[in-house]
Amino acid sequence: MTRGRFGGISRRRMLQGTAALAASTGVPTGWAIAQAKPLKVGLMLPYSGTFAKLGENITFAVETLLAEKGGKLGGREIQFVKLDDESKPENGPQNADRLVKRDQVDVLIGTVHSGVQMGIHKVVKESGTLTIIPNAGNNVVTRAECAKNVFRTSFTNWQPAHGMGLELGRRGIKKAAWVTWDYAAGQESGEGFKQGLEKHGGQLVQLLTLKFPETNFQPLLAQIPNLGVEVVGSFFAGGGAVQFVKEYAAAGIKVPLCGSGFLTEGTLGAQGDAANGIETALHYGDGLDNPKNLAFRKAFKDKAGRDADVYAVQGYDAAQLLAIGLEAVKGNMDDEAGLYKAMRAAKIDSPRGSISMAPSQNVTQNIYLRKVQGGENKVVGVAAENLADPGTGCTLA
Amino acid sequence: MSSAGTLLPRTRLGMYGLAAGAAALACLPLIAPPYYIELGTTALIAAMLALSLQLLVGCTGLVSLGHGAFYGLAAYTVYLVTPANGALPVWLTLPAAVLAAALASLVVGALSLRTKGFFFLMVTLAFGQMIFFLFHDTKIGGGTDGAFLAKPVLAAFGYELSLPRRQRPLIAYYVSLALLVAMYTGLALLLRSLFGRVLEGIRINEHRMQALGYDTYRYKLAAFALAGILAGVAGHMWAMHRGFVNPELVGWHRSAEALLMILLGGLTTLHGPIIGALAYVGVLREVASLWFPERTLLVEGLVILAIVLLLPRGLTGLSRHRLERKSEPHKAGADD
Amino acid sequence: MDIASLLVQLLNGVQYGLLLFLIASGLTLIFGVMGIINLAHGSLFMLGAYSAFLVARATGSLWLAVPAGLAGGALFGLILERGLFRRFYTRDHLDQVLLTFALILLFEETRSLLVGNDFYSVPVPAILDFSIPITSGFAYSAYRFAVIALCLVLAATLFFWIERTKTGAIIRAAAEKPEMVDVLGIDSRRIHATVFAVGTSLAVIAGVLAAPLYSVYPGMGDGFLIISFVVVVIGGLGSVSGAFWAALVIGLVDTLGKAYVPKAAGLAIYVLMAAVLLWRPSGLFGQRA
Repeated sequence: MTRGRFGGISRRRMLQGTAALAASTGVPTGWAIAQAKPLKVGLMLPYSGTFAKLGENITFAVETLLAEKGGKLGGREIQFVKLDDESKPENGPQNADRLVKRDQVDVLIGTVHSGVQMGIHKVVKESGTLTIIPNAGNNVVTRAECAKNVFRTSFTNWQPAHGMGLELGRRGIKKAAWVTWDYAAGQESGEGFKQGLEKHGGQLVQLLTLKFPETNFQPLLAQIPNLGVEVVGSFFAGGGAVQFVKEYAAAGIKVPLCGSGFLTEGTLGAQGDAANGIETALHYGDGLDNPKNLAFRKAFKDKAGRDADVYAVQGYDAAQLLAIGLEAVKGNMDDEAGLYKAMRAAKIDSPRGSISMAPSQNVTQNIYLRKVQGGENKVVGVAAENLADPGTGCTLA
Repeated sequence: MSSAGTLLPRTRLGMYGLAAGAAALACLPLIAPPYYIELGTTALIAAMLALSLQLLVGCTGLVSLGHGAFYGLAAYTVYLVTPANGALPVWLTLPAAVLAAALASLVVGALSLRTKGFFFLMVTLAFGQMIFFLFHDTKIGGGTDGAFLAKPVLAAFGYELSLPRRQRPLIAYYVSLALLVAMYTGLALLLRSLFGRVLEGIRINEHRMQALGYDTYRYKLAAFALAGILAGVAGHMWAMHRGFVNPELVGWHRSAEALLMILLGGLTTLHGPIIGALAYVGVLREVASLWFPERTLLVEGLVILAIVLLLPRGLTGLSRHRLERKSEPHKAGADD
Repeated sequence: MDIASLLVQLLNGVQYGLLLFLIASGLTLIFGVMGIINLAHGSLFMLGAYSAFLVARATGSLWLAVPAGLAGGALFGLILERGLFRRFYTRDHLDQVLLTFALILLFEETRSLLVGNDFYSVPVPAILDFSIPITSGFAYSAYRFAVIALCLVLAATLFFWIERTKTGAIIRAAAEKPEMVDVLGIDSRRIHATVFAVGTSLAVIAGVLAAPLYSVYPGMGDGFLIISFVVVVIGGLGSVSGAFWAALVIGLVDTLGKAYVPKAAGLAIYVLMAAVLLWRPSGLFGQRA
């Protein structure tokens, strides 16, 4: 895809629509008028930077669902207000302010980068704006910092790695290591992996980390043969994952490599043969042939002109969750209690299978076991069925 | 040494102008919608940071690339002293933040002032990054994603100034404005004092000051620590304004931005950095985000380039007579 | 720790240090001779890495990128010197900092416009795409050995040029006493252009060599820039041999630190720098501060 184009429409134009809408902000003078007005849904996502493609896929998926519902949710017209968060944490609070306070959106869907999510979370926790997270996996926003107006349809960093740990534990693995970047997602996935192993008597003997986003893996790889572990688990994403998998293979290490699914997600083309046979765990995978998935993939491809991926699924489910809430209160956002109650109780027919909301308002879902075969992450089993994040420290019940 | 306080307005009119500017900022909340009040607070905090750096750059002639570290460190200190379950009053958090910034700037200053010119730049940069990595790579302050904290409150002797939710942003705005005015006034007085004149003498010709018997190292260290303290005040206000800290507050890009604000506003006046900061945060970045949402960095880069090439005296330089530059541009590293 | 794994870590440290030397030597020469602080030096490294990626994608091989990087880097340096930096030799430090900060933003944005913001891996040249077993469970990539060798060749060439040629003598003189060059009636403009071109070329070629080792990603120059500053500070301003030894020390300290005391590794090099500054404020090989 050419950078700067957005499925045929330039990103500039997409965002300009936003500005025009921002200017026409009116003051609602009662329920009846509010009903007639379109519902403003803010999409705070990366439309530039490393994660631009993720932001685009989430946007297409949200629009796919809206099209399926005939352009209305709970009887209300929907107007999108899009904002590029550039995946820059330092501007997170300011950008969230722009949507919540300047443009006064009713719902905020965002974002991808967990550092930016922290900024959004601070703002929406204070303003009470309904927020649905379509990717960022940092545990804390649905654990100690959970909020009644914040839902997540993607994952916690803990979840996929925990599934992998459980799977290995069941196989009788006693000693394993975890290699990752020293940042929130890395640490939280390591924690999930460790707890999964320990459930079945296994042990995480070593956590190897390097600075995010450095890719000087050699000092870590050279230590692996001496650790005496049966398997090495890992969390890397994007280019770091490509580089790590290739160097792991080049180093001739005989210990098998596995990981959180992001290790081989969207990277197989670049990893080539080096990735063959790697097992990973994730809440989505290739070859899930349930009818919902097939229908979604077709609809998405028609809209976006490219194949759906796990990020698209997460965005689609964010919109499904919003639809369920709005339908329950017939589009009346002022009925907060009814809205949140319906969303908390939602049973969503997702392309990844049936999902629901845990008390901490993070998604409860199957974690699939996948194996790299012929350039695909083939689903070969279920590593953990209906896995809920423990939601430790969350007081929502 | 030459005329005292060359960075201050020379005429009564200039001072009235500054007072009128402060009054206009004080009236802003009467007409601005809430979003713009918060934007104003952000700009005022940036102005404090730029002003504190001006004490080093414009007054003393020391260009530091580690200044943002003290700002970020102070914000993190607010996070570290605030208990998980409740807010602390400002009179506890502010001294704590300032103390941390003061200690760090004393240590960093004592080491880096042993060097000069480009060495000084690089060493401050490296120390600043060291503090950045401290928060980025360890769990002291929530790691890469940063952490939330309960915003400090205006409270004393069991009495708390409480406002309805909608008016709460006003507190941070007015506290920031008051601190900025106090900071400017204090620095203006300082520049008129002997201490200020010595700093200016150091900027113009350090050797001469040494020949006159001044221990310039001590003066520079005092200026470095004071600048660090004032940056700490700004960092504290960021934490109070946002209730959120992340490692990017500490990184060297923050220092470079502050230098940009100084250059944008004008290197040769004390109020230049304030104007630069308000223009940069309040206008330039806001306009860039509306008109060029995908290419804000490109706009920023071109603007900096244009300023450096075309407007080396900054915005305030436009309105002033072309005064001969006080400091001879010198072949740095060679003779200093 | 056993001897074999220590050996591997030493190799890693040397290889990392040699790459750092390529970046830091240009930085220290440009400082020393022109008194210019170039914050965009790390971005030149990043541009080198991305051009290696582009060349490899277009031709299917990295080989062409090495001479292209050397020549293209020198040309690019010449253009920058003539077009921009020349005007800044007598300007304030502040102006130089902001000029080069603006260049960082512009280089990154140009990269983003041309190549996008994706993380790309760059394939190792096919002939070197094998590993040499060091222990039964660990092998060392042949490409890394090649990088070490190539860095040593470049370093030796640089030393020969600086120490044994007439131009080198002038550069050494200029780095120690800039006013000397003018006194001697030498055309300092040519010297400046040459030094800038060589410095840029070295940063670009470091990026080319690093591309298959570290992949290419936005902002990859930032980390290398800071570490290179530390190298220059420890080695001493304007001293190429100082940069060489300091780069090796930093490479080894950082690598061994990561391997054996991971918690302290991040801070180790800064502590080292602080210690050197306390002991010798002008660096280990520096003539002056």
